[in-house]
Amino acid sequence: MNVTEKDVAYVADLANLELSPDERSRMVRDLNSILGHVDSLNALDTKDVPPMAQVSDRYGVDESKKGSARFAYTYRDDVKEGLRKSFPTEVALANAPDSDETFFKVPKVIER
Amino acid sequence: MDLTGLTIDSARAAIAEHKTSALALAEAFYAKIASDDPKIDAYLILSKERGLEKASEIDRLANKGANLPPLAGVPVGIKDVLITKGVRTTAGSKILGNFVPPYDCTAVARLEAAGAVVLGKLNCDEFAMGSSNENSAFKPVHNPRDLSRVPGGSSGGSAAAVAADMAVAALGSDTGGSIRQPASFCGVVGLKPTYGRVSRYGLIAFASSLDHIGPLTKTVKDAATMLRTIAGRDPMDSTSAELPVPDYVAELDKPVKGMKVGVAKEYFGEGLDAELRSSIEAAIQKLAKLGCEIVEVSLPHTKYAIPAYYLVATAEASSNLARFDGVRYGFRAKDVRSLSDMYRRTRDQGFGAEVKRRIMLGTYALSAGYYDAYYLKAQRVRTLLTRDFEEAFKKVDAIVAPTTPTAAFKLGEKVDDPLAMYLADIYTVTANLAGIPGISIPVGVTKAKLPIGMQIFGKHFAESTILRVANAYEKAA
Repeated sequence: MNVTEKDVAYVADLANLELSPDERSRMVRDLNSILGHVDSLNALDTKDVPPMAQVSDRYGVDESKKGSARFAYTYRDDVKEGLRKSFPTEVALANAPDSDETFFKVPKVIER
Repeated sequence: MDLTGLTIDSARAAIAEHKTSALALAEAFYAKIASDDPKIDAYLILSKERGLEKASEIDRLANKGANLPPLAGVPVGIKDVLITKGVRTTAGSKILGNFVPPYDCTAVARLEAAGAVVLGKLNCDEFAMGSSNENSAFKPVHNPRDLSRVPGGSSGGSAAAVAADMAVAALGSDTGGSIRQPASFCGVVGLKPTYGRVSRYGLIAFASSLDHIGPLTKTVKDAATMLRTIAGRDPMDSTSAELPVPDYVAELDKPVKGMKVGVAKEYFGEGLDAELRSSIEAAIQKLAKLGCEIVEVSLPHTKYAIPAYYLVATAEASSNLARFDGVRYGFRAKDVRSLSDMYRRTRDQGFGAEVKRRIMLGTYALSAGYYDAYYLKAQRVRTLLTRDFEEAFKKVDAIVAPTTPTAAFKLGEKVDDPLAMYLADIYTVTANLAGIPGISIPVGVTKAKLPIGMQIFGKHFAESTILRVANAYEKAA
């Protein structure tokens, strides 16, 4: 499969990146080089092999249980106020590039 | 006394016996950093105030004659992808250049609770993406064993700081080899625990199903001490395991006689440098002399690990790094026309080339029409790679392999060829995909005096076993 300039533009758009013309042409070259290597996976017949998203897909699971109870890793009792109290507003906003001391400020979302 | 050459035990003992104070020890390390780090660049940020305060607290305990905690006064460095409350944390990226976290990473908090003195934050590849540390947005790290060479990556600052006596021990993170590979390049011990053994809370995420936190140390025993301190269930990380934490240090000296150690031919094929091969073969012979039974095993899908890894890792990264948008923290681009323009310019200007490349590759692998062919395919191959280890571990207790195909390469040697850089991780990514523990220990040097590392893999949660083998080798060497 060959990645084209058009594919790079489309994927950059999905990834919220712009990329300069130089970066785009380099990206076409690099993605094709990496995906060329990745194509070696096609030599494997995997149609009967289950996918593994997490180590816990194979471990830390109790086969006798159902749903989320099956994942021993993720189970805990609910905590009413949360495991950790929320940060006060000023702490949550301390790293914000722009705020009005109550909210994060961003450029206008809806153009008139 | 050579203060900066101490190990965890000797540092703690020196303080307990009043041969030095925690404050004097910390000051000695800061002096060493001031004199030596300008040519190595291992540190990005020093946390002097926090470090010296902790040291004073330990000294007050020592002066009262109180029982000292296991890491009392031990100066450590922290890879800058682990967040530290009130101490700037950048992940080696411009996009987080001014980020001051409001809370602590669990692993760091546990080290400090055990008495450790945090000296500062260590340089790394941007968002832990790289194998040479040249992707740091601030400055590359130089290998203390040969300044013209890379220290490895992405925990290059962590490995270099320990190797250059600028920290007794360090924390790193390992998503595809980022603890073990730099440990081998710099000649120190690097341990990647089992997935779920150490909480990832407060680790700036790269690929959540592959990310691990672990120690880099001067000795195997120090690695055991560090792991014992940071391991264990944390309610803030739902993937941290409920299993009790063994006393890794107490189990170190159990005999290795009769233990079955596997050697897989797939890790000794074409591409492995001849000098490394002979060093590792000699190390295997030494294990045999110590009474280990050497058993041939096969891990037949090994050659598919790099392509599977770079699809899974980048897909997860593209999702994890979507949060960096210039709204809540970090860098925001100036003079923007709209919200979407702000996102794009912020990310364009804030991320470096390798991070953008991985976001693009991951987004592509997840995009409509390619998801099945790439991401899903890679997840199926991940199952095959995991089954390889399951089969092999039916026959053996541990598996030994090279950590890297070559010793440390020159700065600049691979920067223009991302695929060549990715292939430097060929022997390490498998443990991340399968979630098994792996440790890299020094087993010799090349003719050019560059360190050589050997890896020891174990079954899930069998850190005690690989530490024991590593310790037996280290003591015999």
